Amino acid sequence: MSEVAVLVIERGGQAERFEVAFEAGQSVLDGLRLIRATVDPGLAFRYSCLNANACKECMMVLDGKVIYACTARLEAREMRLGPLPNKALVRDLVTAIAPPDERL
Amino acid sequence: MRHLSTGVLIIGAGGAGMYAAIEAARLGADVLLVDRSLIGRGGATVMAQMTVAAAVGPAGSDHWTHHLADTLAAGRGLCDPALARLLCEDGVEVIREMDSWRVGWARDGAEFRSVQAPGHDRARCVYVDFLSTGPAVSKTLRAVVQRTPGITRIGDVLVTDLVMGDGAVTGAVGTHIETGEVLTIAARATIIATGGLTRLYRRNSASANMGGDGYALALRAGAELIDMEFVQFFPIGHLAPRLIGMDPIMWDPFRYKLGGRLLNGLGEAFVDRYGSTDDGKYVITRDLATYAITKEVEAGRGSPHGGAWLSFRHIAPEALREAFGPVIGKLAAAGIDLGRDDIEVAPIAHYHMGGIRVDTAMATGVPGLFAAGEAVGGANGANRLSGNAITEALAFGRAAGRSAAGFAGGSGFRADEAVGLAGAEGPACDTAALFVRLQAVMADYVGPFRTAAGLAMALEAVLGLRAEIGAAPPGRPGPYDLARVDWFDLRQALLVAECVIVAASVRCESRGAHQREDYPSMDEAWRLNQVLRLADGALTVTRRAVAA
Repeated sequence: MSEVAVLVIERGGQAERFEVAFEAGQSVLDGLRLIRATVDPGLAFRYSCLNANACKECMMVLDGKVIYACTARLEAREMRLGPLPNKALVRDLVTAIAPPDERL
Repeated sequence: MRHLSTGVLIIGAGGAGMYAAIEAARLGADVLLVDRSLIGRGGATVMAQMTVAAAVGPAGSDHWTHHLADTLAAGRGLCDPALARLLCEDGVEVIREMDSWRVGWARDGAEFRSVQAPGHDRARCVYVDFLSTGPAVSKTLRAVVQRTPGITRIGDVLVTDLVMGDGAVTGAVGTHIETGEVLTIAARATIIATGGLTRLYRRNSASANMGGDGYALALRAGAELIDMEFVQFFPIGHLAPRLIGMDPIMWDPFRYKLGGRLLNGLGEAFVDRYGSTDDGKYVITRDLATYAITKEVEAGRGSPHGGAWLSFRHIAPEALREAFGPVIGKLAAAGIDLGRDDIEVAPIAHYHMGGIRVDTAMATGVPGLFAAGEAVGGANGANRLSGNAITEALAFGRAAGRSAAGFAGGSGFRADEAVGLAGAEGPACDTAALFVRLQAVMADYVGPFRTAAGLAMALEAVLGLRAEIGAAPPGRPGPYDLARVDWFDLRQALLVAECVIVAASVRCESRGAHQREDYPSMDEAWRLNQVLRLADGALTVTRRAVAA
């Protein structure tokens, strides 16, 4: 039986629904990367270190709580993802999180 | 379009780029430090959980010449001895300077605590507990960068091409990822500190921005690349069960401390079948361990996910708790109890020995262009000694910063073509999927074990992918458009992949990280470096005697 995680992603005010197959233990970031590779390469989210929780760039909101996508586990249910609410929205799940003196 | 101007442009804000920025700024240069990610967060340094090699033991206990001897031996005859010496000799100073900046090296009383990593003749590798070496190095450098006057930092800047003037590099063109705006940057001197190419492989231990773009920038600007065929695979990268929030190479320091056992799918110790021993001391070198695991898997004796088992079950629970510290809790959260469970490990792409050819001033042959860190080739020859990567980043970063600060600058700024490409509008293209295909090709045919037939297939596949991406990035410039970012990355990665494949095809012998199944022995006649250039769009390979 192949299980499915449903990621409902807030994109510019619209909720968009993606279904991804998953293996137990995967992260939300794994799911997002799978969506980019198989469905929509334009889906925007920040990440650098992939899964080491070292770069701290993949902060977003999962079901109302701020999480790191690389350490939050993907689950076989509907999961709602949105951008950080207190930062300027750049695109999809990306917000302006750089310190002000490190921006263009 | 936005135009910026600076004295020294540094591309990449990992360990090498940040040290270069500090050094150039304290010598009086006006510095612009850019990174495609956030400053000090991306790249390889922040990911390094391991140890850092430098002869910093108490007087009489070690000397950089011993470190150099080990580095040269590990490099299987191909190291540039002058670059290796710089790494080992200046490594001592930069590790001490990091200490003065309070990085927090683990100590025994007044002395640094060190471990003996494989390939070293004595304990020489310092670290920050627990698994915090890279994050601590990054954080420390970031703090120094912030308080050093003269350094402007800008994140989300993807440099797509260098700009040439009259025979010199005089700046760069890029895209500001956050807005999609095209950027031109005029600079007296430019340092490439973009790290390596491990993102070209399916399984790797680096961050997402190690796609080899710095090599392509240098090559397109007329610089030479050296030793591109030598990609280091880390033998015991984490494979299964899926473990999140941890560096996939985290198991290594615990093997040093505790002597974890490597077992095949049948539960048998196997390293002794390949000419090494594994009696709890962990002396096997990286290339041999990678070979042994790969061969066991090929013989049908792999672990369920296609690797080997790593077992700590013979270690007493108290010893496990002491060595793993807080990591035990993270493992427990992932359902792993090392007293009960073995884990699966497999070779993963970890580091690239090859890179931009430089002299000991970190100068490429192109005036105004310097390089630092993993982006540089030559110091580590055919195989890098454990612990040398961070040392190289810091020592070479400092050297590059010094040289760039002293460079007078060239004239001219011919950016039209690069600006045109950065702002070009092309047809839709599934760039994320194409990158996954490139990673599969490289992993399947250009991994640690190569054949003429496999390399030929890889080259054909890479040329096919190049045709698929076309001549312009998909869509039009806009905020955080990852499909476009992937396109620019693919443009560079496909050129760099071609370099690796071509160099690997020509080298008909096995040496260090380059193992040819059709030429299984090391051949003394091949004690040569291969140098690549791009001339009129075509790649050329020449052989050079190893520097004396």
